Amino acid sequence: MSEGLASPRSIAALTEPRPVRIALTVAAVAFLALFLLLPLAVVFTEALSKGLGSFLDTFAEPDAQAAIRLTLLVAVIAVPLNVAFGLAASWAIAKFDFRGRNLLITLIDLPFSVSPVVAGLIYVLIFGAQGLLGPFLQRHGIEIIFAVPGIVLATVFVTFPFVARELIPLMQDQGTTDEEAALTLGASPWRVFRTVTLPNIRWALLYGVLLCNARAMGEFGAVSVVSGRIRGLTNTMPLHVEILYNEYNYVAAFGIASLLALLALVTLAGKTFLEWRHADSLAGRGGH
Amino acid sequence: MSPAALAPAAPRAGRPFLRPSALPGFRLTFGITVTYLTLVVLLPLAVLLLRASAIGPAGLWALVTDSRNLAALKTSFGLSLAAAAIDAVAGLLIAWVLTRYRFPGRRLIDALVDLPFALPTAVAGIALAALYAPNGWLGAPLAELGIKVAYTPLGILVALVFVGLPFCVRTVQPLVAEIDKSSEEAAAILGASRFRALVTVILPPLVPAMLTGFALAFARAVGEYGSVIFVAGNLPYVSEIAPLLIVIKLEEFNYTGATAIAAVMLLMSFSALLAINLIQDYSRRRFGHV
Repeated sequence: MSEGLASPRSIAALTEPRPVRIALTVAAVAFLALFLLLPLAVVFTEALSKGLGSFLDTFAEPDAQAAIRLTLLVAVIAVPLNVAFGLAASWAIAKFDFRGRNLLITLIDLPFSVSPVVAGLIYVLIFGAQGLLGPFLQRHGIEIIFAVPGIVLATVFVTFPFVARELIPLMQDQGTTDEEAALTLGASPWRVFRTVTLPNIRWALLYGVLLCNARAMGEFGAVSVVSGRIRGLTNTMPLHVEILYNEYNYVAAFGIASLLALLALVTLAGKTFLEWRHADSLAGRGGH
Repeated sequence: MSPAALAPAAPRAGRPFLRPSALPGFRLTFGITVTYLTLVVLLPLAVLLLRASAIGPAGLWALVTDSRNLAALKTSFGLSLAAAAIDAVAGLLIAWVLTRYRFPGRRLIDALVDLPFALPTAVAGIALAALYAPNGWLGAPLAELGIKVAYTPLGILVALVFVGLPFCVRTVQPLVAEIDKSSEEAAAILGASRFRALVTVILPPLVPAMLTGFALAFARAVGEYGSVIFVAGNLPYVSEIAPLLIVIKLEEFNYTGATAIAAVMLLMSFSALLAINLIQDYSRRRFGHV
């Protein structure tokens, strides 16, 4: 704004009066503090309410350790799957022009508008005991529902669009000229992807992985439907939080929860850093 | 592009399926995309819809209008609408303040807005329950005023406002940043008061984005489970949400009942999705932006 040049009267008309500005700022900050900051603060306060000793004891429990291990395992399988898919989908969609492209983009975003509980339900309808493939799986002794494969499937579903939706708009903006030049110069397709495309999209890819991972580790609804909550076997961290909470073991519940909250804070910090330092290497922000 | 490259597609009327390109890998990546999408998303959703259609329209109607199911659906949709409306107004306020004003801690607060995206829903749920419980930080003073939040529909509303807020801030924020300063200046020079300029010049182009945010927050809230169940109390007919009812039916191995509720919820979220697309279409034509 050219405040130095404009007359005082016109400046006044270009922004709200000072008292209004202050009132609006206070209202916005108060709303955020009430709805976002307080719940976050409660998690850590409750976790430490009986002292650091009992807080640390939470993580010595074998069930807690099993839950942490399972959560890591699920993320280690689900995230790379969706990264591979995201790279393939964005290459096909952004670098080529074909009929039905917009429909494909809409379909990729579909899991975002499906309730997590419904996401779990659809797999129960297929693989559950009374499901479509239930009898077949039982005959062959394959367990999917109430077992780790079901948890992985449900997690893959809910985190499905994260990587693709970060890459597609960015790669569409970048066009195909760089790749075409590299091909003309004799580079192999794989080399073009590795040395031309990948460096162009690495920050957006990291951004997508960050969000995908946070959701994969934190998913509750979808996983709770397919897990069966068998302690030490099919209990992820968010499910373990629920069990401990329902047993009135608040310190342990908030202890595990504080670890997940920490993950959320690290994710936010990484996301903010990428938006701040590499804004031009990310697609236009908005929505997510 | 050489005429030779165009030749194979030429005989077909209209646009060819794939516009010829010098880049490799279309068949491979397109194949992977469609296969994976079909296996993970489309087929499972199709199975759900098939199962729902097997119940038949009359059976589906009977299940959906069963008094407990209907109460849960009403609770979910009513409170989701209310939460999305609160988020739309608060989102505009927050987006405006964060973009237009400078104050200490602004960047930190801006980053905090995305917390509901990053915080696992179960964590949010137990935190809200602890906060609004009768002995909680907020629950205790509210109880003295005679207001019960936790374990009532009000608790559900608070959780839904929490999960939907970032959608409403992040859809409006880029537009606030891109408001055309010259029309603002023109309004001021032509003698409009600041309030009148806001209402007649500045805010109208933001309305489609607010509606998009509203629809996104609504779609998210309708399906929300984790953050709600801890603070809801889950009393049938009073504070029971539709997703919880699906879980209850599944635990009773009542797949048909679960499928019917899920089908209604899918229908609703797809309608919200359609609404978003229509709003964005309109906005693109009317204001030249999404």
